[in-house]
Amino acid sequence: MAKIEVEHLYFYYGSKLVIEDISLEIETYKITALIGPSGCGKSTFLRCLNRMNDTIPGTRHRGRILLDGQDIYDPHLDVVTLRQRVGMVFQRPNPFPQSVYNNVAFGPRVQGLKHGQNLDEVVERSLREVDLWDEVKDNLNQDALSLSLGQQQRLCIARTISIRPDVILMDEPASALDPISTLHLEDLMRELVQDYTIVIVTHNMQQAARVSDDTAFFLTDDGQVGKLVEFGPTGRVFSAPEDTRTENYITGRFG
Amino acid sequence: MRQRIMQRVGFALLALTSLIVVVPILLVVGIIVARGLNAVSWEFLTAMPREGMRAGGILPAIVGTILLTLGTALAAIPVGVAGAIYLSEYASDNIFTRSIRLAIINLAGIPSVVYGLFGLGLFVIFLRFGTSILAGSLTLAIMTLPIIVSTTEEALRSVPMEFRTVSASLGGTRWQGIWKIILPQAFPGIVTGVLLGLLRAAGETAPILFTVATFFLPRLPQSVFDQTMALPYHLFVISTQVPGMPMEIQYGTALVLLVLVLSLNLVATLLRSYFRRRRQW
Repeated sequence: MAKIEVEHLYFYYGSKLVIEDISLEIETYKITALIGPSGCGKSTFLRCLNRMNDTIPGTRHRGRILLDGQDIYDPHLDVVTLRQRVGMVFQRPNPFPQSVYNNVAFGPRVQGLKHGQNLDEVVERSLREVDLWDEVKDNLNQDALSLSLGQQQRLCIARTISIRPDVILMDEPASALDPISTLHLEDLMRELVQDYTIVIVTHNMQQAARVSDDTAFFLTDDGQVGKLVEFGPTGRVFSAPEDTRTENYITGRFG
Repeated sequence: MRQRIMQRVGFALLALTSLIVVVPILLVVGIIVARGLNAVSWEFLTAMPREGMRAGGILPAIVGTILLTLGTALAAIPVGVAGAIYLSEYASDNIFTRSIRLAIINLAGIPSVVYGLFGLGLFVIFLRFGTSILAGSLTLAIMTLPIIVSTTEEALRSVPMEFRTVSASLGGTRWQGIWKIILPQAFPGIVTGVLLGLLRAAGETAPILFTVATFFLPRLPQSVFDQTMALPYHLFVISTQVPGMPMEIQYGTALVLLVLVLSLNLVATLLRSYFRRRRQW
């Protein structure tokens, strides 16, 4: 079943077309990896899915993005509500310079959950889901920036899932992490996908091959416009790519 | 070898120039403390002036300056901080906001005596506040606004953009992000800017000259519509307008003004270093 359906999506920064005619379906409770060389529009595409590009002035789009069948650009759909359903984890771990507790509690609080038992439970559950609880439970008031980078990134994921989104977007979430933390994060993604739909942008093809169920390969044409070259189950895309450009990329001939 | 000597000479010159900055401050403070300390007594701080201000204390001037600074704070902080939040977090870049910024820069460049005349025209005469603490505070507030707006805006802008993005990605409204994340991070910078602005207001003479300050009024103000004495103007008066004024009292008055202003400065510095220790990026 498709969680997100993208139909003929075009996206512009000002008058410059950056991605052209993208159509694909993101399956519920699966990890979809977006791969491709730098500047191919995969991050821009990711940021379309929860309208984070809206925060940049002068951007516009054409085409439709459906979340559970509903157009996310529908004027009746509040963008704040959309982002509560489609959460995001960023490239660099970016916890707020506040306590561990306050980081996880931010989302529930802006949704109106007050102090007390409920909030404590949400914080504990979120930290347990990212395997961070045992490492921080003794001192939830410690500054989030005193954690290691790997812990900080898991904290950021806990912050994202604290408000129970349907979808988690991850923009190269492991690029600032060491190999051990990266593996830890990949294991975590396999656990999280039981409850969430995950879309991940990654530069690392081994990572895409290891964690994802579906893979979308993006590439720019001569005019620097990003296009979707190939999309399908990860095993098939990596073992028997239909397009020679995909084959060249995943075998390391360019990129 | 030659280069090393040249470098030594260069560093020595740089050290010398920075010393030149420090020397006047040490001299000013040193001379005022040395010559004014004897005048400062409990009576000097708590009594009314007597014998044409040549004896007694300067209580009404101290109280006047404190009241004026408080009034300035009440008027300037909410407007200045709110304006800066609007400019930094909400306003898009267009002709309207650009002209606001231009106005702020120009406001900061206006000589203080012009603010005094403006306050006289607007608050004292047109709005009929009379020469009063209200008129004086509002005049000082307008003079302080550009400092508060620009330092607050600076402080808000120094908070990394990504925190706003993260807040939005968690379904926070713009205001929730500002209130819970951005303002707490910018707070030390805002406090410093506000205190520096108030500090300047506390020491100004020209803006209060026509709007509130009186030559000699040996009682404490009863309402915001009263006139009051104030330290900077009092200092001007006893230094130039009163024949036979003991030097000691002049230096004593200068010392009290200096201590008031420097203690505000000290508070700003302490707050800044306290918050800096807690901030880690």
